[in-house]
Amino acid sequence: MLLTLLLVAGWPLARTIWFSFTDARLGRIGENAFVGFDNYLAYFDGQWLGVLADGLWWQSVWNTVWFTLVSVSIETVLGMIIALALNQVFPGRGLFRAIVLIPWAIPTVISARMWNWMLHDQFGVVNDLLMKLGLIAAPIAWTANADTAMWAVVMVDVWKTTPFMALLILAGLQMLPDDLYEAARVDGVHPVRVFFRITLPLIRPALMVAIIFRSLDALRVFDQVYVLTSAASDTMSMSVYARQELVEFQDVGLGSAAATLVFLVIALVIVVTLVAARLRLGEAGER
Amino acid sequence: MRWRRRLGRIGFWLLIAAITVFALFPFYYAVISSFRAGSDLFTVAYWPEAFDPSNYAAVFQRQPFGRNIANSIAVAAAVVTLSLVLSLTAAYSLGRVRFRGRTTLLFTILSVSMFPQVAVLSGLFELIRVFGLYNSLPGLVLANLILTLPFTVWVLTTFMRELPKELEEAAIVDGAGPWTLVWRVFLPLMGPAVVTTGLLAFIVAWNEFLFALTFTLSDEKRTVPVAIALMSGASAYELPWGNIMAASVVVTLPVVVLVLVFQRRIVSGLTAGAVKG
Repeated sequence: MLLTLLLVAGWPLARTIWFSFTDARLGRIGENAFVGFDNYLAYFDGQWLGVLADGLWWQSVWNTVWFTLVSVSIETVLGMIIALALNQVFPGRGLFRAIVLIPWAIPTVISARMWNWMLHDQFGVVNDLLMKLGLIAAPIAWTANADTAMWAVVMVDVWKTTPFMALLILAGLQMLPDDLYEAARVDGVHPVRVFFRITLPLIRPALMVAIIFRSLDALRVFDQVYVLTSAASDTMSMSVYARQELVEFQDVGLGSAAATLVFLVIALVIVVTLVAARLRLGEAGER
Repeated sequence: MRWRRRLGRIGFWLLIAAITVFALFPFYYAVISSFRAGSDLFTVAYWPEAFDPSNYAAVFQRQPFGRNIANSIAVAAAVVTLSLVLSLTAAYSLGRVRFRGRTTLLFTILSVSMFPQVAVLSGLFELIRVFGLYNSLPGLVLANLILTLPFTVWVLTTFMRELPKELEEAAIVDGAGPWTLVWRVFLPLMGPAVVTTGLLAFIVAWNEFLFALTFTLSDEKRTVPVAIALMSGASAYELPWGNIMAASVVVTLPVVVLVLVFQRRIVSGLTAGAVKG
Protein backbone atom coordinates (compact mmCIF):
# COMPACT_ATOMS: atom_id res chain seq x y z
CA MET A 1 0.00 0.00 0.00
CA LEU A 2 2.72 2.44 0.98
CA LEU A 3 4.45 1.35 -2.15
CA THR A 4 1.38 2.40 -4.13
CA LEU A 5 1.50 5.82 -2.59
CA LEU A 6 5.19 6.12 -3.29
CA LEU A 7 4.66 4.99 -6.85
CA VAL A 8 1.69 7.24 -7.47
CA ALA A 9 3.23 10.36 -5.98
CA GLY A 10 6.98 9.86 -5.88
CA TRP A 11 7.58 8.45 -9.34
CA PRO A 12 5.92 11.27 -11.34
CA LEU A 13 7.72 13.83 -9.20
CA ALA A 14 11.06 12.15 -9.87
CA ARG A 15 10.28 12.03 -13.59
CA THR A 16 9.32 15.69 -13.61
CA ILE A 17 12.62 16.63 -12.05
CA TRP A 18 14.42 14.42 -14.59
CA PHE A 19 12.57 16.01 -17.51
CA SER A 20 13.63 19.42 -16.31
CA PHE A 21 17.19 18.46 -17.24
CA THR A 22 16.25 17.27 -20.72
CA ASP A 23 14.98 18.73 -23.97
CA ALA A 24 11.80 16.61 -24.03
CA ARG A 25 8.85 17.80 -26.12
CA LEU A 26 5.25 16.85 -25.47
CA GLY A 27 4.80 14.92 -28.73
CA ARG A 28 7.90 12.76 -28.29
CA ILE A 29 8.22 12.61 -24.57
CA GLY A 30 10.09 9.30 -24.73
CA GLU A 31 13.09 10.47 -26.74
CA ASN A 32 15.03 13.20 -25.05
CA ALA A 33 18.59 14.19 -24.43
CA PHE A 34 20.21 15.38 -21.24
CA VAL A 35 20.87 19.12 -21.39
CA GLY A 36 21.97 19.90 -17.84
CA PHE A 37 20.73 23.15 -16.38
CA ASP A 38 19.90 24.70 -19.78
CA ASN A 39 16.19 24.83 -18.99
CA TYR A 40 16.87 26.80 -15.85
CA LEU A 41 19.51 29.17 -17.11
CA ALA A 42 21.76 29.09 -20.13
CA TYR A 43 23.97 31.51 -22.01
CA PHE A 44 23.51 31.11 -25.72
CA ASP A 45 24.50 33.39 -28.60
CA GLY A 46 24.92 36.41 -26.42
CA GLN A 47 21.66 36.11 -24.50
CA TRP A 48 20.41 34.43 -21.38
CA LEU A 49 17.79 31.71 -21.81
CA GLY A 50 15.80 29.42 -19.54
CA VAL A 51 13.13 29.87 -16.91
CA LEU A 52 15.24 31.99 -14.60
CA ALA A 53 15.94 34.46 -17.39
CA ASP A 54 12.29 34.76 -18.41
CA GLY A 55 10.67 37.97 -17.27
CA LEU A 56 7.27 36.30 -17.41
CA TRP A 57 8.39 33.70 -14.87
CA TRP A 58 9.44 36.37 -12.39
CA GLN A 59 6.21 38.21 -13.04
CA SER A 60 4.29 35.01 -12.23
CA VAL A 61 6.35 34.49 -9.06
CA TRP A 62 5.56 38.02 -7.95
CA ASN A 63 1.87 37.57 -8.83
CA THR A 64 1.68 34.36 -6.84
CA VAL A 65 3.39 35.81 -3.80
CA TRP A 66 1.23 38.92 -3.87
CA PHE A 67 -1.88 36.80 -4.29
CA THR A 68 -0.89 34.56 -1.39
CA LEU A 69 -0.13 37.42 0.99
CA VAL A 70 -3.24 39.44 0.20
CA SER A 71 -5.77 36.65 -0.01
CA VAL A 72 -4.51 34.78 3.06
CA SER A 73 -4.52 38.00 5.12
CA ILE A 74 -8.09 38.82 4.15
CA GLU A 75 -9.17 35.24 4.72
CA THR A 76 -7.60 35.21 8.17
CA VAL A 77 -9.43 38.34 9.31
CA LEU A 78 -12.77 37.33 7.80
CA GLY A 79 -12.34 33.74 8.98
CA MET A 80 -11.68 34.99 12.49
CA ILE A 81 -14.86 37.09 12.48
CA ILE A 82 -16.95 34.19 11.20
CA ALA A 83 -15.36 31.78 13.68
CA LEU A 84 -16.10 34.14 16.59
CA ALA A 85 -19.71 34.41 15.41
CA LEU A 86 -20.00 30.63 15.08
CA ASN A 87 -18.57 30.19 18.55
CA GLN A 88 -21.61 31.94 20.05
CA VAL A 89 -24.67 29.93 20.94
CA PHE A 90 -27.68 31.17 19.00
CA PRO A 91 -30.75 29.61 17.38
CA GLY A 92 -30.02 28.36 13.87
CA ARG A 93 -26.31 27.93 14.43
CA GLY A 94 -26.20 24.57 12.65
CA LEU A 95 -27.90 26.01 9.60
CA PHE A 96 -25.61 29.02 9.64
CA ARG A 97 -22.57 26.77 9.76
CA ALA A 98 -23.86 24.83 6.76
CA ILE A 99 -24.48 28.06 4.84
CA VAL A 100 -20.96 29.25 5.55
CA LEU A 101 -19.64 25.93 4.31
CA ILE A 102 -21.37 26.09 0.91
CA PRO A 103 -18.81 28.27 -0.91
CA TRP A 104 -16.09 25.87 0.14
CA ALA A 105 -17.83 22.90 -1.45
CA ILE A 106 -18.57 24.57 -4.79
CA PRO A 107 -15.92 23.54 -7.36
CA THR A 108 -13.33 26.29 -7.83
CA VAL A 109 -13.93 26.39 -11.55
CA ILE A 110 -17.61 27.00 -11.04
CA SER A 111 -17.18 29.66 -8.40
CA ALA A 112 -14.71 31.37 -10.72
CA ARG A 113 -17.32 31.25 -13.48
CA MET A 114 -20.02 32.62 -11.17
CA TRP A 115 -17.83 35.52 -10.15
CA ASN A 116 -16.76 36.00 -13.72
CA TRP A 117 -20.39 36.60 -14.59
CA MET A 118 -21.03 38.81 -11.58
CA LEU A 119 -17.97 40.87 -12.49
CA HIS A 120 -18.95 41.13 -16.17
CA ASP A 121 -18.07 44.60 -17.44
CA GLN A 122 -21.41 45.39 -19.11
CA PHE A 123 -24.04 43.17 -17.52
CA GLY A 124 -22.40 42.25 -14.23
CA VAL A 125 -24.24 42.69 -10.98
CA VAL A 126 -21.20 44.00 -9.13
CA ASN A 127 -20.82 47.01 -11.43
CA ASP A 128 -24.56 47.60 -11.31
CA LEU A 129 -24.58 47.55 -7.52
CA LEU A 130 -21.56 49.82 -7.18
CA MET A 131 -23.02 52.29 -9.65
CA LYS A 132 -26.37 52.35 -7.85
CA LEU A 133 -24.53 53.04 -4.63
CA GLY A 134 -22.67 55.80 -6.40
CA LEU A 135 -19.26 54.33 -5.64
CA ILE A 136 -18.13 54.20 -9.26
CA ALA A 137 -19.15 56.38 -12.17
CA ALA A 138 -18.59 53.98 -15.05
CA PRO A 139 -18.55 50.17 -15.29
CA ILE A 140 -15.17 48.56 -14.61
CA ALA A 141 -13.84 45.67 -16.70
CA TRP A 142 -12.72 43.78 -13.63
CA THR A 143 -11.04 40.77 -15.19
CA ALA A 144 -9.63 42.50 -18.27
CA ASN A 145 -8.09 45.49 -16.51
CA ALA A 146 -4.55 44.87 -15.29
CA ASP A 147 -5.12 46.78 -12.04
CA THR A 148 -8.26 44.97 -11.01
CA ALA A 149 -7.78 41.48 -12.47
CA MET A 150 -5.65 40.32 -9.57
CA TRP A 151 -8.27 41.61 -7.13
CA ALA A 152 -10.89 39.58 -8.97
CA VAL A 153 -8.78 36.46 -8.49
CA VAL A 154 -8.31 37.31 -4.81
CA MET A 155 -12.06 37.88 -4.46
CA VAL A 156 -12.88 34.42 -5.79
CA ASP A 157 -10.32 32.82 -3.53
CA VAL A 158 -11.53 34.70 -0.47
CA TRP A 159 -15.11 33.74 -1.15
CA LYS A 160 -14.24 30.09 -1.60
CA THR A 161 -11.72 29.42 1.15
CA THR A 162 -12.72 31.69 4.02
CA PRO A 163 -15.07 28.93 5.31
CA PHE A 164 -12.12 26.56 5.60
CA MET A 165 -10.17 29.16 7.54
CA ALA A 166 -13.16 29.88 9.78
CA LEU A 167 -13.63 26.21 10.60
CA LEU A 168 -9.99 25.67 11.53
CA ILE A 169 -10.04 28.75 13.76
CA LEU A 170 -13.36 27.65 15.25
CA ALA A 171 -11.85 24.28 16.16
CA GLY A 172 -9.13 26.18 17.99
CA LEU A 173 -11.65 28.42 19.74
CA GLN A 174 -13.67 25.48 20.98
CA MET A 175 -10.69 23.98 22.73
CA LEU A 176 -10.27 27.04 24.96
CA PRO A 177 -11.28 26.59 28.62
CA ASP A 178 -14.50 28.36 29.64
CA ASP A 179 -13.35 29.33 33.14
CA LEU A 180 -10.84 31.83 31.73
CA TYR A 181 -13.66 33.77 30.13
CA GLU A 182 -15.73 33.42 33.26
CA ALA A 183 -12.91 34.99 35.27
CA ALA A 184 -12.48 37.82 32.76
CA ARG A 185 -16.21 38.51 32.82
CA VAL A 186 -16.30 38.63 36.60
CA ASP A 187 -13.37 41.05 36.58
CA GLY A 188 -15.28 43.23 34.11
CA VAL A 189 -12.67 43.15 31.36
CA HIS A 190 -13.84 44.72 28.11
CA PRO A 191 -14.62 42.10 25.41
CA VAL A 192 -12.21 43.67 22.92
CA ARG A 193 -9.45 43.43 25.52
CA VAL A 194 -10.43 39.84 26.24
CA PHE A 195 -10.06 39.04 22.58
CA PHE A 196 -6.60 40.53 22.18
CA ARG A 197 -5.22 39.49 25.57
CA ILE A 198 -6.76 36.03 26.04
CA THR A 199 -8.27 34.61 22.88
CA LEU A 200 -5.64 35.60 20.34
CA PRO A 201 -2.57 34.34 22.24
CA LEU A 202 -4.31 31.09 23.11
CA ILE A 203 -5.44 30.20 19.61
CA ARG A 204 -2.19 31.26 18.00
CA PRO A 205 -1.03 27.68 17.34
CA ALA A 206 -4.31 26.76 15.63
CA LEU A 207 -4.24 30.04 13.74
CA MET A 208 -0.69 29.41 12.55
CA VAL A 209 -1.61 25.94 11.30
CA ALA A 210 -4.56 27.38 9.38
CA ILE A 211 -2.47 30.17 7.88
CA ILE A 212 0.27 27.79 6.80
CA PHE A 213 -2.17 25.36 5.22
CA ARG A 214 -3.85 28.15 3.31
CA SER A 215 -0.57 29.73 2.19
CA LEU A 216 0.74 26.46 0.81
CA ASP A 217 -2.54 26.04 -1.01
CA ALA A 218 -2.47 29.59 -2.35
CA LEU A 219 1.09 29.24 -3.65
CA ARG A 220 -0.04 26.59 -6.12
CA VAL A 221 -3.14 28.46 -7.28
CA PHE A 222 -4.26 27.46 -10.74
CA ASP A 223 -7.99 26.95 -11.33
CA GLN A 224 -9.40 30.40 -10.69
CA VAL A 225 -6.58 32.18 -12.52
CA TYR A 226 -6.99 29.94 -15.53
CA VAL A 227 -10.75 30.41 -15.68
CA LEU A 228 -10.95 34.11 -14.82
CA THR A 229 -8.17 35.52 -16.94
CA SER A 230 -6.74 32.48 -18.81
CA ALA A 231 -3.11 33.27 -19.54
CA ALA A 232 -2.92 37.03 -19.13
CA SER A 233 0.47 37.98 -17.77
CA ASP A 234 -1.02 40.38 -15.18
CA THR A 235 -2.40 37.53 -13.14
CA MET A 236 -0.37 34.52 -14.26
CA SER A 237 0.56 32.31 -11.33
CA MET A 238 3.56 29.98 -11.14
CA SER A 239 1.36 26.95 -11.80
CA VAL A 240 -0.26 28.55 -14.83
CA TYR A 241 3.18 29.45 -16.20
CA ALA A 242 4.45 25.90 -15.81
CA ARG A 243 1.40 24.38 -17.44
CA GLN A 244 1.52 26.83 -20.31
CA GLU A 245 5.11 25.91 -21.15
CA LEU A 246 4.29 22.25 -20.74
CA VAL A 247 1.06 21.89 -22.66
CA GLU A 248 0.47 24.93 -24.86
CA PHE A 249 4.10 25.38 -25.91
CA GLN A 250 4.78 21.63 -25.75
CA ASP A 251 8.09 22.29 -24.05
CA VAL A 252 8.22 19.57 -21.40
CA GLY A 253 11.78 20.42 -20.42
CA LEU A 254 11.13 24.07 -19.67
CA GLY A 255 7.72 23.41 -18.15
CA SER A 256 9.18 20.74 -15.89
CA ALA A 257 11.91 23.12 -14.82
CA ALA A 258 9.27 25.66 -13.82
CA ALA A 259 7.22 22.97 -12.08
CA THR A 260 10.31 21.82 -10.20
CA LEU A 261 10.89 25.40 -9.06
CA VAL A 262 7.30 25.62 -7.81
CA PHE A 263 7.85 22.40 -5.93
CA LEU A 264 11.10 23.69 -4.44
CA VAL A 265 9.48 26.93 -3.28
CA ILE A 266 6.68 25.06 -1.54
CA ALA A 267 9.03 22.43 -0.12
CA LEU A 268 11.18 25.23 1.27
CA VAL A 269 8.19 26.78 3.00
CA ILE A 270 7.25 23.39 4.47
CA VAL A 271 10.77 22.73 5.73
CA VAL A 272 11.07 26.19 7.28
CA THR A 273 7.71 25.74 8.99
CA LEU A 274 8.57 22.29 10.30
CA VAL A 275 11.92 23.48 11.64
CA ALA A 276 10.30 26.49 13.27
CA ALA A 277 7.63 24.28 14.81
CA ARG A 278 10.23 21.87 16.12
CA LEU A 279 12.32 24.71 17.57
CA ARG A 280 9.27 26.05 19.36
CA LEU A 281 8.42 22.58 20.65
CA GLY A 282 12.00 22.26 21.87
CA GLU A 283 11.69 25.55 23.74
CA ALA A 284 8.44 24.47 25.33
CA GLY A 285 10.04 21.17 26.36
CA GLU A 286 12.96 22.87 28.10
CA ARG A 287 10.76 25.06 30.21
CA MET B 1 -27.13 48.68 30.19
CA ARG B 2 -30.20 47.04 28.74
CA TRP B 3 -30.31 49.06 25.53
CA ARG B 4 -26.64 48.42 25.03
CA ARG B 5 -27.17 44.72 25.16
CA ARG B 6 -30.06 44.99 22.76
CA LEU B 7 -27.88 47.00 20.38
CA GLY B 8 -25.26 44.30 20.63
CA ARG B 9 -27.85 41.66 19.75
CA ILE B 10 -28.97 43.61 16.71
CA GLY B 11 -25.38 44.08 15.63
CA PHE B 12 -24.73 40.37 16.00
CA TRP B 13 -27.72 39.42 13.86
CA LEU B 14 -26.73 42.00 11.26
CA LEU B 15 -23.31 40.38 11.12
CA ILE B 16 -24.87 36.94 10.69
CA ALA B 17 -27.10 38.31 7.93
CA ALA B 18 -24.17 39.97 6.17
CA ILE B 19 -22.13 36.77 6.23
CA THR B 20 -25.10 34.76 4.97
CA VAL B 21 -25.65 37.14 2.06
CA PHE B 22 -21.94 37.11 1.24
CA ALA B 23 -21.84 33.31 1.27
CA LEU B 24 -25.02 32.69 -0.67
CA PHE B 25 -25.36 35.58 -3.08
CA PRO B 26 -23.13 34.26 -5.91
CA PHE B 27 -24.99 30.97 -5.91
CA TYR B 28 -28.35 32.71 -5.70
CA TYR B 29 -27.40 35.01 -8.52
CA ALA B 30 -26.30 32.07 -10.67
CA VAL B 31 -29.68 30.42 -10.10
CA ILE B 32 -31.73 33.46 -11.14
CA SER B 33 -29.43 34.14 -14.10
CA SER B 34 -29.79 30.56 -15.27
CA PHE B 35 -33.55 31.01 -15.63
CA ARG B 36 -33.23 34.13 -17.77
CA ALA B 37 -32.74 33.52 -21.47
CA GLY B 38 -32.00 35.59 -24.53
CA SER B 39 -31.74 39.34 -24.16
CA ASP B 40 -33.32 39.12 -20.70
CA LEU B 41 -29.95 38.10 -19.39
CA PHE B 42 -28.43 41.42 -20.33
CA THR B 43 -30.36 43.45 -17.80
CA VAL B 44 -29.37 43.12 -14.19
CA ALA B 45 -32.03 41.58 -11.97
CA TYR B 46 -31.89 40.99 -8.24
CA TRP B 47 -35.11 39.03 -7.87
CA PRO B 48 -36.28 35.89 -9.65
CA GLU B 49 -38.65 37.43 -12.21
CA ALA B 50 -38.33 35.07 -15.12
CA PHE B 51 -38.60 31.32 -15.19
CA ASP B 52 -37.31 30.15 -18.52
CA PRO B 53 -35.75 26.66 -18.52
CA SER B 54 -34.37 26.95 -22.05
CA ASN B 55 -30.79 27.42 -20.78
CA TYR B 56 -30.99 24.04 -19.09
CA ALA B 57 -32.24 22.38 -22.24
CA ALA B 58 -29.50 24.05 -24.28
CA VAL B 59 -26.74 22.85 -21.97
CA PHE B 60 -27.65 19.25 -22.52
CA GLN B 61 -28.28 19.59 -26.25
CA ARG B 62 -25.31 21.64 -27.35
CA GLN B 63 -22.68 19.41 -25.85
CA PRO B 64 -22.41 16.00 -24.19
CA PHE B 65 -23.05 17.50 -20.77
CA GLY B 66 -24.96 14.45 -19.53
CA ARG B 67 -21.94 12.42 -20.51
CA ASN B 68 -19.65 14.84 -18.65
CA ILE B 69 -21.72 14.44 -15.50
CA ALA B 70 -21.60 10.65 -15.83
CA ASN B 71 -17.80 10.88 -16.25
CA SER B 72 -17.46 13.00 -13.14
CA ILE B 73 -19.61 10.61 -11.12
CA ALA B 74 -17.71 7.57 -12.37
CA VAL B 75 -14.30 9.11 -11.65
CA ALA B 76 -15.32 10.41 -8.23
CA ALA B 77 -16.91 7.09 -7.23
CA ALA B 78 -13.85 5.08 -8.30
CA VAL B 79 -11.51 7.49 -6.54
CA VAL B 80 -13.51 7.35 -3.32
CA THR B 81 -13.70 3.55 -3.31
CA LEU B 82 -10.05 3.01 -4.16
CA SER B 83 -8.70 5.57 -1.76
CA LEU B 84 -10.87 4.29 1.09
CA VAL B 85 -9.82 0.67 0.60
CA LEU B 86 -6.15 1.57 0.25
CA SER B 87 -6.07 4.06 3.08
CA LEU B 88 -7.95 1.82 5.54
CA THR B 89 -5.26 -0.78 5.12
CA ALA B 90 -2.58 1.84 5.40
CA ALA B 91 -4.21 3.44 8.42
CA TYR B 92 -4.14 0.10 10.18
CA SER B 93 -0.44 -0.33 9.72
CA LEU B 94 0.33 3.31 10.49
CA GLY B 95 -1.99 3.62 13.45
CA ARG B 96 -1.54 0.20 15.03
CA VAL B 97 1.64 -1.54 14.00
CA ARG B 98 4.75 -0.04 15.54
CA PHE B 99 7.75 0.19 13.29
CA ARG B 100 10.76 2.42 12.90
CA GLY B 101 10.33 5.68 11.09
CA ARG B 102 6.57 5.66 11.46
CA THR B 103 6.31 9.34 12.39
CA THR B 104 8.61 10.32 9.55
CA LEU B 105 6.50 8.32 7.17
CA LEU B 106 3.32 10.00 8.42
CA PHE B 107 4.83 13.41 7.94
CA THR B 108 6.02 12.48 4.47
CA ILE B 109 2.47 11.50 3.60
CA LEU B 110 1.16 14.77 4.98
CA SER B 111 3.62 16.78 2.96
CA VAL B 112 2.62 14.89 -0.18
CA SER B 113 -0.83 16.38 0.29
CA MET B 114 0.81 19.79 0.09
CA PHE B 115 2.44 18.98 -3.25
CA PRO B 116 1.76 21.46 -5.99
CA GLN B 117 -0.17 19.60 -8.66
CA VAL B 118 1.97 20.95 -11.51
CA ALA B 119 5.05 19.34 -10.00
CA VAL B 120 3.80 15.89 -10.93
CA LEU B 121 2.15 16.97 -14.17
CA SER B 122 4.81 15.99 -16.71
CA GLY B 123 5.86 12.85 -14.88
CA LEU B 124 2.27 11.75 -14.58
CA PHE B 125 1.66 12.61 -18.21
CA GLU B 126 4.37 10.20 -19.24
CA LEU B 127 3.08 7.51 -16.89
CA ILE B 128 -0.42 7.84 -18.29
CA ARG B 129 0.89 7.70 -21.85
CA VAL B 130 2.89 4.57 -21.11
CA PHE B 131 -0.13 2.83 -19.61
CA GLY B 132 -2.20 3.93 -22.59
CA LEU B 133 -4.58 5.83 -20.30
CA TYR B 134 -4.38 9.20 -22.01
CA ASN B 135 -7.82 10.71 -22.64
CA SER B 136 -9.49 8.01 -20.54
CA LEU B 137 -11.28 7.95 -17.23
CA PRO B 138 -8.99 5.40 -15.51
CA GLY B 139 -6.14 7.82 -16.18
CA LEU B 140 -7.99 10.52 -14.28
CA VAL B 141 -8.72 8.13 -11.42
CA LEU B 142 -5.02 7.35 -11.13
CA ALA B 143 -4.14 11.05 -11.14
CA ASN B 144 -6.77 11.95 -8.58
CA LEU B 145 -5.51 9.31 -6.18
CA ILE B 146 -2.43 11.48 -5.65
CA LEU B 147 -4.69 14.18 -4.30
CA THR B 148 -6.97 12.07 -2.14
CA LEU B 149 -4.73 9.34 -0.72
CA PRO B 150 -2.50 11.50 1.50
CA PHE B 151 -5.34 13.05 3.44
CA THR B 152 -7.57 9.98 3.58
CA VAL B 153 -4.63 8.05 5.02
CA TRP B 154 -3.90 10.87 7.44
CA VAL B 155 -7.46 11.35 8.69
CA LEU B 156 -8.18 7.63 9.00
CA THR B 157 -4.92 7.10 10.89
CA THR B 158 -5.83 9.74 13.47
CA PHE B 159 -9.25 8.11 13.90
CA MET B 160 -7.70 4.64 14.13
CA ARG B 161 -5.39 5.74 16.93
CA GLU B 162 -8.32 6.77 19.08
CA LEU B 163 -9.85 3.30 19.11
CA PRO B 164 -9.20 1.28 22.28
CA LYS B 165 -6.37 -1.21 22.08
CA GLU B 166 -8.20 -3.81 24.16
CA LEU B 167 -10.58 -4.47 21.31
CA GLU B 168 -7.79 -5.42 18.99
CA GLU B 169 -6.12 -7.60 21.59
CA ALA B 170 -9.36 -9.44 22.29
CA ALA B 171 -9.80 -10.10 18.58
CA ILE B 172 -6.24 -11.38 18.24
CA VAL B 173 -6.72 -13.70 21.22
CA ASP B 174 -9.81 -15.00 19.46
CA GLY B 175 -7.63 -15.84 16.49
CA ALA B 176 -8.38 -13.04 14.05
CA GLY B 177 -5.77 -12.25 11.42
CA PRO B 178 -4.88 -8.69 10.38
CA TRP B 179 -7.27 -8.80 7.44
CA THR B 180 -10.27 -9.91 9.56
CA LEU B 181 -9.20 -7.34 12.11
CA VAL B 182 -9.37 -4.48 9.65
CA TRP B 183 -12.57 -5.50 7.91
CA ARG B 184 -14.56 -7.06 10.76
CA VAL B 185 -13.47 -5.14 13.82
CA PHE B 186 -12.27 -1.71 12.76
CA LEU B 187 -14.47 -1.01 9.78
CA PRO B 188 -17.78 -1.15 11.68
CA LEU B 189 -16.34 1.01 14.44
CA MET B 190 -14.94 3.53 12.03
CA GLY B 191 -18.13 3.82 10.02
CA PRO B 192 -18.63 7.55 10.69
CA ALA B 193 -14.98 8.33 10.04
CA VAL B 194 -15.08 6.41 6.78
CA VAL B 195 -18.19 8.28 5.65
CA THR B 196 -16.54 11.61 6.47
CA THR B 197 -13.32 10.80 4.66
CA GLY B 198 -15.21 9.40 1.71
CA LEU B 199 -17.21 12.61 1.45
CA LEU B 200 -14.11 14.77 1.49
CA ALA B 201 -12.45 12.57 -1.12
CA PHE B 202 -15.60 12.82 -3.23
CA ILE B 203 -15.59 16.60 -3.09
CA VAL B 204 -11.91 16.73 -4.04
CA ALA B 205 -12.37 14.39 -6.99
CA TRP B 206 -15.55 16.17 -8.10
CA ASN B 207 -13.79 19.54 -8.08
CA GLU B 208 -10.45 18.52 -9.60
CA PHE B 209 -9.55 20.60 -12.63
CA LEU B 210 -5.88 20.70 -13.61
CA PHE B 211 -5.43 16.95 -14.20
CA ALA B 212 -8.77 16.60 -15.92
CA LEU B 213 -7.92 19.52 -18.19
CA THR B 214 -4.51 18.17 -19.12
CA PHE B 215 -5.17 14.45 -19.42
CA THR B 216 -8.31 14.53 -21.53
CA LEU B 217 -8.73 15.63 -25.09
CA SER B 218 -12.21 14.98 -26.42
CA ASP B 219 -15.52 16.41 -25.24
CA GLU B 220 -16.86 12.95 -24.41
CA LYS B 221 -14.12 12.24 -21.89
CA ARG B 222 -14.21 15.52 -20.04
CA THR B 223 -15.36 15.88 -16.49
CA VAL B 224 -17.79 18.58 -15.46
CA PRO B 225 -15.36 21.29 -14.26
CA VAL B 226 -13.41 21.09 -17.51
CA ALA B 227 -16.59 21.12 -19.58
CA ILE B 228 -17.81 24.25 -17.81
CA ALA B 229 -14.44 25.98 -17.98
CA LEU B 230 -14.15 25.38 -21.71
CA MET B 231 -17.73 26.28 -22.60
CA SER B 232 -17.61 29.01 -25.20
CA GLY B 233 -19.85 30.67 -27.70
CA ALA B 234 -19.44 31.76 -31.28
CA SER B 235 -16.55 34.03 -30.35
CA ALA B 236 -14.44 34.64 -27.28
CA TYR B 237 -16.46 37.75 -26.45
CA GLU B 238 -19.79 36.02 -26.69
CA LEU B 239 -19.78 33.56 -23.87
CA PRO B 240 -23.11 31.78 -23.40
CA TRP B 241 -23.54 33.00 -19.84
CA GLY B 242 -27.03 31.63 -19.43
CA ASN B 243 -25.85 28.13 -20.33
CA ILE B 244 -22.79 28.39 -18.15
CA MET B 245 -24.88 29.41 -15.17
CA ALA B 246 -27.39 26.63 -15.81
CA ALA B 247 -24.59 24.07 -15.98
CA SER B 248 -23.05 25.49 -12.82
CA VAL B 249 -26.32 25.17 -10.95
CA VAL B 250 -26.81 21.58 -12.10
CA VAL B 251 -23.36 20.62 -10.87
CA THR B 252 -23.43 22.60 -7.66
CA LEU B 253 -26.83 21.50 -6.43
CA PRO B 254 -25.79 17.96 -5.39
CA VAL B 255 -22.75 19.36 -3.57
CA VAL B 256 -24.88 21.92 -1.73
CA VAL B 257 -27.32 19.19 -0.67
CA LEU B 258 -24.40 17.04 0.51
CA VAL B 259 -23.06 19.93 2.58
CA LEU B 260 -26.42 20.71 4.13
CA VAL B 261 -27.00 17.07 5.08
CA PHE B 262 -23.51 16.18 6.24
CA GLN B 263 -22.13 19.51 7.46
CA ARG B 264 -21.34 18.23 10.94
CA ARG B 265 -19.30 15.34 9.57
CA ILE B 266 -17.50 17.45 7.01
CA VAL B 267 -16.49 19.89 9.71
CA SER B 268 -15.17 17.15 11.96
CA GLY B 269 -13.26 15.56 9.09
CA LEU B 270 -11.68 18.82 7.96
CA THR B 271 -10.54 19.76 11.41
CA ALA B 272 -9.31 16.25 12.20
CA GLY B 273 -7.15 16.43 9.12
CA ALA B 274 -5.57 19.70 10.09
CA VAL B 275 -5.66 20.45 13.77
CA LYS B 276 -4.81 17.08 15.22
CA GLY B 277 -1.70 17.06 13.07
